[in-house]
Amino acid sequence: MSTKVIKEESMVKQKEMIADHFKKLARAKAEGKKVVYTFVPGNLTELLLAFDCLAVHPEINALQSGMRKKSGEYIAEAERAGHSEDVCTYVKCDIGMLMKGNIGPTGEELPEPDLLLLSYTGCYTFMKWFELLRERYNCPTVMIQVPYQGDGEITPKMVEYVTRQLREVLVPKLEEVTGKKLDEARLQELLASSARSEENLVHVLESAKHRPSPIDAYFGGVYYIGPLFTSFRGTPEAEEYYQMAADEVDQRVAAGLGPVTPEGQLENERFRLVVEGPPNWTHFREFWKMFYDAGAVIVASTYTKVGGTYDRGFRHDPARPWETLAEYCLGCYTNLNLPDRVDMIADYVRDYHADGFLINSVKSCNSFSAGQLVILRHVEEKCGKPGAFIESDLVDPRYFSPSNIKNRLESYFQMLAQRKGQEVTA
Amino acid sequence: MTITSIIERCQALYDDLDLGYVKEWKAAGTDRKAVGYLPTYIPRELLWAAGCLPVGIVGGGDQLEIVKGDACFQSYICHLPRSVVELGLSGRLDCLDGMLFPATCDVIRNLSGIWKLYFPDKYVKYFDIPHNYDSAIGGEFYEDHLREILGEIELLSGHQVTDDELRDAIVLYNENRRLADAVYELRAKEPWRVPATDCYLLMRAGLVLAPDEHCAMLREYLELVRLEDRPLRDNARVLVVGAFCEQPPIDLVRALEYAGCYVVEDDFLLINRWLGDTTAETGEPIRALSEAYLKTPAETSSRYVDDDGRKGRYLVDLVRKSGAEGVVFAAPSFCDPALLDRPMLQAALDAEGIGHTAFKYSENTGQLQPIREQAGTFADTIKLWGTV
Repeated sequence: MSTKVIKEESMVKQKEMIADHFKKLARAKAEGKKVVYTFVPGNLTELLLAFDCLAVHPEINALQSGMRKKSGEYIAEAERAGHSEDVCTYVKCDIGMLMKGNIGPTGEELPEPDLLLLSYTGCYTFMKWFELLRERYNCPTVMIQVPYQGDGEITPKMVEYVTRQLREVLVPKLEEVTGKKLDEARLQELLASSARSEENLVHVLESAKHRPSPIDAYFGGVYYIGPLFTSFRGTPEAEEYYQMAADEVDQRVAAGLGPVTPEGQLENERFRLVVEGPPNWTHFREFWKMFYDAGAVIVASTYTKVGGTYDRGFRHDPARPWETLAEYCLGCYTNLNLPDRVDMIADYVRDYHADGFLINSVKSCNSFSAGQLVILRHVEEKCGKPGAFIESDLVDPRYFSPSNIKNRLESYFQMLAQRKGQEVTA
Repeated sequence: MTITSIIERCQALYDDLDLGYVKEWKAAGTDRKAVGYLPTYIPRELLWAAGCLPVGIVGGGDQLEIVKGDACFQSYICHLPRSVVELGLSGRLDCLDGMLFPATCDVIRNLSGIWKLYFPDKYVKYFDIPHNYDSAIGGEFYEDHLREILGEIELLSGHQVTDDELRDAIVLYNENRRLADAVYELRAKEPWRVPATDCYLLMRAGLVLAPDEHCAMLREYLELVRLEDRPLRDNARVLVVGAFCEQPPIDLVRALEYAGCYVVEDDFLLINRWLGDTTAETGEPIRALSEAYLKTPAETSSRYVDDDGRKGRYLVDLVRKSGAEGVVFAAPSFCDPALLDRPMLQAALDAEGIGHTAFKYSENTGQLQPIREQAGTFADTIKLWGTV
């Protein structure tokens, strides 16, 4: 085990980018910038940037609070105010944070929104979340309904519906809020830039097909998707970041190196896994270490596709700006039906030469979790590899039980080791 | 017929998890089909016009032992989907030729995918409702979606639906909802005449009976119940909200009354009254169905409330209209729509000085005493002090 903390240049850069974004948000009101609260799945970053708006993503607030060990306190605050213990902890964490002064990860207050942009993509809770936030802010809300892929396809009618909402509802509202007319040529430039970043993101994610995998596509994947899923798609900074990440990955492949983890570089790849479901954020490092200690690397994950299924071929297309934004929203992982999710996970197991797959079922997220036990059985049947199932939560520390999860993982790794004819050392 | 025999018939339909009525209905004609649907809303007119019996599936209540269903869902998922899966995998829903899963929440949405995986030979459709209420945008999407579903139902039933047939179905369901409303209005006016359990069972029968048969039943009940001499009790008048999907066991409904509450309004089995009789009976019928949905002022948690500051206004109006003295929030455990909505609705009630209490249940809740005590205390508080 390495004891030296290793950070690649791209990791440092993405951390700086995100910190800088929060600093910009803290200065937004003073600098006259308009602020839009919106969600990661189906985010319309290019359109917001075309209006020079700054985005706040409430899920990112919540996960940042989880990583900073603040979420337990925020959730308790929301529950004291009458929010049920049964519902999404992202929502309660965000509302609790708001009730406690809306202090962002840099320690500065987040600005109030000028617009709540409810991109209703694959998560029912989003709708309630913004109905709840709307009660606390004096600003307009725009609902963009993204039809669900119930039959596993995106139809022209669905694209048209989303497109019309974007053009006829959202754009006029953004023009009203910002006082600016949309410059469609600028939007197209931003979309072209996005496509270039997306190309490199896919290159990074698909590098995990190599043995050893140079990346961890779940825990490490969070770093790789960060800029694209937050506020940087369409920017030169994102292009630079993704080029840097792609170059680093190429170097690691050439050198036969494993992924960089907080515990150091993974030297001995023993197990290759696919993971379904979001990570736990309150014990992110502890959770990751359980895999590191066993020599397990995550070669593909579904969570990293909630903000776009680029690895299935989607790229923003500047030639069709409205349709491409609609198709992007419609194609997010959380908008896929269960049979498609089964196929995607089974394809990952095959294409990334995985030994098995793991479902991290989070209590908070019915969109992900309802049906995961059925997914487990169908993926096993389809790919012939064993699955494992653990339960935790997104940001509620009460629902992360390290010993239970560790026990389950160790049993799973032992089983995998036996199947591979290896000695068990974890 | 007597009231007792009507309610006994409803009780028998409620108890029959094997859907005997559906099998008999199908056997009574050639090529008859039946299509199930989950809460909260689907336009049943499409099914009926195509010669299909719409069958509301709301789980197994407290009558079904869950074995296979529990293997599909984690402990933190509500109870309804596990009992629906149990009904499906135990063959009790084999008489259904298809299933519609409306956009009520993520769990029912994902249940549509589970159904596709478990029943690949059946017709399974996710029914997306519009949240954009502009006729030219959300309406156009919704009309296309309705036509798509109608086309699929036509293939299933082998019957091409004419506009006149669809308009006839609209007339019939308007009448059905008008009669259901009449039962509710009578209960709100004279709650001692219509016990909450009677009302519940009558509405529950509407999930399975053919609409014309259900209309006849409601008409007969309304005639007979006015002749019935039932004692007036000094109960508190309450509105129950949050139970629009997974249903409470009938004993829980009974427990509320025993605790001293007259249930004068509720959102159980909304489909029987949703949209009222507002669907236009002339003109283009698909447009009429779409417009009725887009323009209804009715709210429920699965429907987005537009950005005009009226969240909770509908509930407050319903309290005033029904003469309720307080609101009981009764939500299934782990029900995202009801539980996420609750703080907003409570705030709207607080602003109007309307008292409320809240509890959770599941469809197989057996321990009713705490709920009875809570409802009793709530009713006593209203009676003693007139406010909560």
